[in-house]
Amino acid sequence: MALALTSTVSLTGLIGNLIDVEVDISDGLPGYILLGLPDAALNESKDRVRAALVNSGEVWPNKKVTVSLSPAWLPKSGSAFDLPIALTLLMAQGLIPKDEPGTTIYLGELALDGQVRSVRGVLPAVLAAKKYGFTKALVPFKNYAEAKCVSGIDVIAITSLHDALNYLRSGEVPDSPEAILESGSDYFLDLCDVAGQIGARRALEVAAIGGHHLLLIGPPGTGKTMLAERIPSILPPLNEESILEVTAIHSIAGTLLDRELLSKLPPFVAPHHTTTAPAMIGGGAHAIRPGATSLAHQGVLFIDEAPECARGVLDSLRQPLESGNVTISRAVGSVTYPARFMLVLAANPCPCGRFSGRGRSCTCTQIAIRRYLQRLSGPLLDRIDIRVFVDSPSRIEMASDELGESSAVVRERVIAARAIADERFSGSPWRLNSQIPPSELRKRYRAEKLGMNFLHTELDNERLSARGFHKVLRISWSIADANGHSIPSREDVESAFRLREGMEMLA
Amino acid sequence: MGTKQLIGALGEDFVAKYLVGKNYEILDRNWRIREGEIDLVAMSEHGIVVFIEVKTRTSIAFGHPLEAITRDKAYRLQKLALAWLTVHHRWGFEYRIDAAAVLISKGEKFEIDYRIAVL
Repeated sequence: MALALTSTVSLTGLIGNLIDVEVDISDGLPGYILLGLPDAALNESKDRVRAALVNSGEVWPNKKVTVSLSPAWLPKSGSAFDLPIALTLLMAQGLIPKDEPGTTIYLGELALDGQVRSVRGVLPAVLAAKKYGFTKALVPFKNYAEAKCVSGIDVIAITSLHDALNYLRSGEVPDSPEAILESGSDYFLDLCDVAGQIGARRALEVAAIGGHHLLLIGPPGTGKTMLAERIPSILPPLNEESILEVTAIHSIAGTLLDRELLSKLPPFVAPHHTTTAPAMIGGGAHAIRPGATSLAHQGVLFIDEAPECARGVLDSLRQPLESGNVTISRAVGSVTYPARFMLVLAANPCPCGRFSGRGRSCTCTQIAIRRYLQRLSGPLLDRIDIRVFVDSPSRIEMASDELGESSAVVRERVIAARAIADERFSGSPWRLNSQIPPSELRKRYRAEKLGMNFLHTELDNERLSARGFHKVLRISWSIADANGHSIPSREDVESAFRLREGMEMLA
Repeated sequence: MGTKQLIGALGEDFVAKYLVGKNYEILDRNWRIREGEIDLVAMSEHGIVVFIEVKTRTSIAFGHPLEAITRDKAYRLQKLALAWLTVHHRWGFEYRIDAAAVLISKGEKFEIDYRIAVL
């Protein structure tokens, strides 16, 4: 009886499942049976494994080979099983020493010539392996750096099957690449590039302090995208837990190349407005991949030309906005990815885009203008606190060669203001001003008397709805934090009210 | 007889001798009906009817000889075995299907890879 077993990890969302790879070689007609709900990419592993073994100078057993991946009920996908299958096959034949159970996990796709190719999701897989008590991980050379992010587990980088065999036969550890783990939070975009836009800058800062979602309205070419792209540079850097979480999501999505490993910078994701709901929240038939909302986790999700977005797509954002995560269900199962992001929408004021100032060059009818922004659904707008009108900079602003405030300066203020809020909310489940529930707003988090009077007058004048009332209060707290007020003053409330100037158009 | 057939016959002869050496009695050779052909039928010393599919090659450049036995072929063998038992009034006998790979290398050297109960 020729039998062997190794371990690997397969992912369901960010959760790693420990998988046993068992190989049995018995007499009978030459054949290969793969058990354990493999998907197409995994079923093709047979031919990859065989070619890789033969081309590495090993023998393929011309016998009946049964490979079983357990737990058998869990659907498995991807090509990372190639390496463990190949190694277990050789172990079963007694060509390399058998694996000591529970010590090493193996990950990697095999090329036909025996090279080991990179796979997705190595970071969460290695994290899971560590959790299950494994002490060693054999990973593809190209995934070494991300695997190395996990401390407390030995990572061995291999470039080829040959490397792996050498290591298992003689304990010779192949050379590891230089892993650059320390990374600055350098962002090449800085707020000082933006000319003028005092109001919008201020709105950005307040949004960053309170974690408020943001809608930027303005004609084309006024800098909406430019402003939005710079939001990550004024957000507080990610803490260690968030860094691993964000990197793990990008590892699964296969977008780690776009991002520095262990970058402290909050991610910025800008899906195109023609994007589909599965691309936005995640999806896929076999392996359920994270969508834009999860890639933007702990960062900024920016949707330009938001009214052009299919309505269903924008509304799919409602669940993640509400709960901070997104659950996707498919035939293969159900997966939950974290998705706590700051939503930034940008829109033209009207279909032709020239409705601004006195609206002289706008060619749209009144009704077309109204309909345009109404494409953003009420429930979605309900979750957006701040609406700013971004207009063209004036000639004075453009002529000035003085740079605006840099991101670093603004970020310092944001960090300081968030610290104040953090102290205030100690003991509450929420951390940011934008998360204060309405009942608490009315009870514990009221503004100064004069400020409340102002709000009540606006309510009486029907210039403010009950919903708007709560939002203005939340923004007031962010502004108070920025100004160092222990409670929002009348001025704070008034400027909060002004941060909703886009309101009338959307009433 | 063409070269291919000749090689096949050589292989079958070799397997027959191999089985006789293991106390098998050869019952039939190249039994052919419309559905196909059984290379060898033998009776083991325990009274089991054994059907043997023989694959003979002069080189392994095209893979292991037994890999040539596809699923369809295996299914056909199963049907042929039952047909043989019926025709020869041995219905109900215990039977099994074996496969033998014969490699004839230069200098008339024979190598055999015999597999018991492959189906």
